Amino acid sequence: MSVHDLRGPVDPRVDRFFDLPPVDVRELKVTRGVGQRLWDQSVVRKSVILVLLVVAWEVVARVQNNPLMLPSAMETASALWHGLASGVLLARVSASLSVLLKGFALGAFLALALTTLAVSTRIGRDLLTTLTSMFSPLPAIALLPLALLWFGLGEASLIFVLVHSVLWAMAINIHAGFQGVSETLRMAGRNYGLKGLRYVAFILIPAALPALLAGLKIGWAFAWRTLIAAELVFGASSGKGGLGWYIFQNRNELYTDNVFAGLVVVIVIGLLMENIIFDSIERLTVKRWGMVR
Amino acid sequence: MSIALRKRHVLGEASLDREAYSPANTSAAATTPRLAVDNVTLEYRTRQHVVKATQQVSFNVQEGDRFVLLGPSGCGKSTLLKAIAGFLTPAEGSIRLDGNTIHGPGPDRIVVFQEFDQLPPWKTVKQNVMFPLVASRTLGRKAAEQRALETLEKVGLGRFADAYPHTLSGGMKQRVAIARALAMRPRVLLMDEPFAALDALTRRKMQEELLALWQQEGFTLLFVTHSIEEAQVIGNRVLLLSPHPGRVRAELGCADDSLHSLGSEATKARTQTIHRLLFENEVAP
Repeated sequence: MSVHDLRGPVDPRVDRFFDLPPVDVRELKVTRGVGQRLWDQSVVRKSVILVLLVVAWEVVARVQNNPLMLPSAMETASALWHGLASGVLLARVSASLSVLLKGFALGAFLALALTTLAVSTRIGRDLLTTLTSMFSPLPAIALLPLALLWFGLGEASLIFVLVHSVLWAMAINIHAGFQGVSETLRMAGRNYGLKGLRYVAFILIPAALPALLAGLKIGWAFAWRTLIAAELVFGASSGKGGLGWYIFQNRNELYTDNVFAGLVVVIVIGLLMENIIFDSIERLTVKRWGMVR
Repeated sequence: MSIALRKRHVLGEASLDREAYSPANTSAAATTPRLAVDNVTLEYRTRQHVVKATQQVSFNVQEGDRFVLLGPSGCGKSTLLKAIAGFLTPAEGSIRLDGNTIHGPGPDRIVVFQEFDQLPPWKTVKQNVMFPLVASRTLGRKAAEQRALETLEKVGLGRFADAYPHTLSGGMKQRVAIARALAMRPRVLLMDEPFAALDALTRRKMQEELLALWQQEGFTLLFVTHSIEEAQVIGNRVLLLSPHPGRVRAELGCADDSLHSLGSEATKARTQTIHRLLFENEVAP
């Protein structure tokens, strides 16, 4: 008798067989309630959070009852409405956005070019890592005085600091993404004769798209912050400014409700960008491909 | 039962149909094999050492062969396949395809890898099969699409042409990879343990399907495995490699072994022979 046969020479249990009756299909799949399905939508959950925040703001403002320090949500909404209706706010937003897009696009392009160089050659990689470790910790605003000296007051200076704020953060992300592309996928690409730029375009960029999108998001946030801050700093001496200038000007004149309206616009544009543009891109690409959940 | 019948059918006809591919009947094959591996030594570098993976390995693959590289881990069979694919350069010796020494990877030698992530997740099944055709500029987009759909039909995935890889099971992903390789009609199809990550039942089914495809298409196959049974079932010739460093221990014909003959005396005897050749030098623990 083997060591495993603990039950003795005869196993008393008999073989068992079952006839399986057909199953009622309706019992296999139960439809979930409307409320539950609605709560599954992130739009619904996020809206609830927003509404709660606004309510909290309104309550605090009414308790404080000091519109000069903290205007209420209603007062801000009315200031926002007037700003939009008079066209001043829209002009400021479009001035800011046009500079922002230029700087962002240029920064993103340079980041891609630098990382492409970095994955192609060893010296390119060393260049990228050295440059990012040098410049990434350097605040963009600290470069503004220098930019003003070089490019004068105006768009060129803003674009310079924007590129600086976007480039390094994005380059680090894209490079990390490229390095994370699986060896098998790389070999498959080379197997089909892909080389150089075609290899980057057809294998590395799509394979690293989750990291690329994360880089774009971070770059976008950095660009916004830098732009508003830069406009606040030298908007004072510039005739036509963007949103930062609008905020600065209204604070000088103690129109706190207008200051809040300007801040709300910054926030709303950030939310729209994140939840509509980036979300759609993700849904159509990396989520659809099962690369991220 | 049906498996056994189908297998007999496949192999029975295979030996007749593929007569044209046997070296004896093809005058060109006698002089230039499809793939010639000649005294190849492969090395890889670690931080401190240069390690010899294979030492002076030589073998010839003829057109229409199902040639299997078999050996325990550490015998350099996968490294050898990567060198044939062109990802590694031999330290010594040469690898020739149709008489021409290979330089770097190329679409005339398509690899099916073991890993499921060999399919770009951003391409649908159809786009995946079209990918090498378009990337290597073998066919235009229209013609590539046509061939992709035909090939997918052959591996039984016609219905999944527009699905993304992450929605498929492991076996289906490997079928897509095989379809992608076949659509290219490579001079030699290289498979690096393509079924090793599958469960046993799926693996058995895939082996059957691969043989049926070979029967239909008559491609030249180089197949790497560490399973003696798989080598016998898939291959018509098996190259046995010994480990550390990889050296040729033997080259055997095993065209008579198949899934349905696994219980037969002849097949069992060959399994014994292979086992002895691979492991006789091992010291008992």
